[in-house]
Amino acid sequence: MKHLLTLRETSVDDIRYLLDTATAFREIVARPIKKVPTLRGRAMITLFYENSTRTRTSFEMAAKIMSAEAINISVAQSSVVKGESLKDTLLTLQALRADCIVMRHPCSGTPEFAANHLGIPIINAGDGRHEHPTQGLLDLLTIRQHKQDIAGLTVAIVGDIAHSRVARSNLWGLTKMGAKVRLVGPRTLLPPDADQLPVEVFDDLRTGIEGADVVNVLRLQTERQERGLLPSLREYSRLFGITPHSLKAAKPDVLVLHPGPMNRGIEISADVADGVGGIRSAIEEQVTNGVAIRMAALYMLMGASSSGSVEA
Amino acid sequence: MGRTHFSLAFASVKVHGLTVKVHGLNSYSESNPEMMQEKRLRKILTGGRILDPSQNIDRLGDLLIEDDHIVGIFAVGEAARNTNTQSTVESETIDVRGKLVTPGLIDIHVHLREPGQEYKEDLETGTKAAAAGGFTRVCCMPNTVPAIDTAAVVRQILERTAQVGSAHVHPIGAATQAMQGDQLTEMAELKASGAIAISDDAYPLQNAETVRRVMEYCAMLGLVFMTHNEDKHLTEKGAMNEGYTATVMGIAGMPRIAEDIAVARNIMLAQLTGCRLHLLHISTAGTVELLRRAKAGGINVTGEACPHHWALTDEACMGYDTDAKMNPPLRTVADCEAVKRGLADGTIDCIVTDHAPHAGYEKEVEFDAAPFGIIGLETSFALTYTHLVKPGILDLSDAIAKMTCIPARTIGLPEGTGTLKSGALADVAIFDLEKEWTVDRNAVQSKSKNTPFHSMTVQGKADFTIVAGQVIRL
Repeated sequence: MKHLLTLRETSVDDIRYLLDTATAFREIVARPIKKVPTLRGRAMITLFYENSTRTRTSFEMAAKIMSAEAINISVAQSSVVKGESLKDTLLTLQALRADCIVMRHPCSGTPEFAANHLGIPIINAGDGRHEHPTQGLLDLLTIRQHKQDIAGLTVAIVGDIAHSRVARSNLWGLTKMGAKVRLVGPRTLLPPDADQLPVEVFDDLRTGIEGADVVNVLRLQTERQERGLLPSLREYSRLFGITPHSLKAAKPDVLVLHPGPMNRGIEISADVADGVGGIRSAIEEQVTNGVAIRMAALYMLMGASSSGSVEA
Repeated sequence: MGRTHFSLAFASVKVHGLTVKVHGLNSYSESNPEMMQEKRLRKILTGGRILDPSQNIDRLGDLLIEDDHIVGIFAVGEAARNTNTQSTVESETIDVRGKLVTPGLIDIHVHLREPGQEYKEDLETGTKAAAAGGFTRVCCMPNTVPAIDTAAVVRQILERTAQVGSAHVHPIGAATQAMQGDQLTEMAELKASGAIAISDDAYPLQNAETVRRVMEYCAMLGLVFMTHNEDKHLTEKGAMNEGYTATVMGIAGMPRIAEDIAVARNIMLAQLTGCRLHLLHISTAGTVELLRRAKAGGINVTGEACPHHWALTDEACMGYDTDAKMNPPLRTVADCEAVKRGLADGTIDCIVTDHAPHAGYEKEVEFDAAPFGIIGLETSFALTYTHLVKPGILDLSDAIAKMTCIPARTIGLPEGTGTLKSGALADVAIFDLEKEWTVDRNAVQSKSKNTPFHSMTVQGKADFTIVAGQVIRL
């Protein structure tokens, strides 16, 4: 596998490999001295056209634990402000001898564009509303840790599905691993022809999460209301907000995920977020798993392909 | 008699006082001073299959051309024996055995980008691209810089074409000033200076009241109003057809109903005002059905379709190929089938290209950011022949009609265009129907390379064209 662009195009074998490798890497992340020389001498450049401290920091942490160089470029500070084209920016990074580019961009398809124009590995850190494969993978890892087997589980993804790259990566990853996926959201936030995807679609929260093993709560972007897709955050919260009460429709041991950052009180109540009253919220674990998954991705794409072992 | 034919032929291409000439015609008189002394230049295209739908002719024969007009169609070998002239004759015989000879193709929907965007295409390269595709006449859309919203721009285009063009060019005037959708243009003056029709292409009018007034004005002047049918509120930020493919790709979609709604509105307003309406680049099954019903109801409306709207679906966008991005976008199989049926049953009148050149660096960007449009002049005949004629959806005569006499009549070109009848201006296209070839974006005449058909193998290619009696071989 040369790039990590989408989960839709990643094979089940590669997904399993990444999950297993990340599981091994988790142990390193848990150490007080988190440093292995695995990727020493390699340079990862993150190119973020969208603000994201958490994902970028997660990649930076992953790279540095493995002794790789981590250089961060965010658009406001770069020559892109002067009107440089995406193609030229990417070629410049390649000419700077980056070994891997981690890209986040508001337009779907840009990591594929990068992969078509460059010879070095590209990791998609989120492109428009298309995919966010490392998020999808860390969600899979988190589910696997709690439920052992992903196959046969019912996973409900709740929120602004139409605009969500997390939803798309999740649905491809989960269906490949044998889970049953439900997309739940207001009709104005469900994508066109969603019923042609390998999922079930619901515009009612209660029926959507009925008996679900996992509920993945998506962040509601406040601009949806400004754009006329929702009447108010208040009504969204009443109809689709995940609270201890609304969660009762799901299984008693339902696992709650959220990609972060959370809008407490809108899509998710504080009690659910904090795991009050026995609610299994894995939100913090997701973040830690994220570092491990990104270590695995960097290792798979940048590591010496001949040596299969993780130096400890 | 020959003299009368000569001046008649010129009269038939006078566009309100301004004779439309083509490359070389001016120098033609200079380099052939004998012309002034009654010397005639003849060309005989011998042995080809002459297909002229305007006269219901489809037979082997000779086509006799004298100076810039057609004398007539004769049996093979007989044209050379035609001696109905008293002055000296210089004769050239062109062997077109095995070839198809038709009236020069006419594309009533192209973007030639001059004035203002000559880095994408200009009148010289655009008309060369036309000639390479078998076109001898094109009508260019007004979204240039400045827009074709004054007589000055119309005249500039006509004069430039006379200097460097390889095909006749008819400018289409804008409906509103600077295409802002507000003030009407001086359409009477546009018409008088040579504009052939009016359009809002690329800047579809959103206000029904404005459309009504444009239509009333066009009806008054006898001008066809060619509409780009799109409700921009429904397509906001969309970059491709709304549907499953866009959902998977994470790209905002342009729903088909955005076109259907605008079509319905425009048809109703055309009925109210009596304006001759022509629907541009039909892409949805809904539009085809609305057009069918409108015609059945006696409303004076016509329509056109581009090859990409029957040859490709939105799946061509997978991989974020910006050469598959155009407006209206590629749709679904059902829409392609509806377009084909519409062409076959006569609902859709014309085949056009919406030739829309863009520079490589403009297209080599994020899918959302890329401009809409693809080139099409050089592949249109081949795609028509390969996807419509060969599979039996349209017979060859109908296909040629939809690219010659029907567009001529639809847009209001003068009598004698799109035909090989005696006395008509000698605009001819010669095709090799058997030729199989592979589309190569790097081998086009156009300045721009934005085609989704690159590497596709097709059949049917233009050999050369004749424009006002001049052979154009590229």
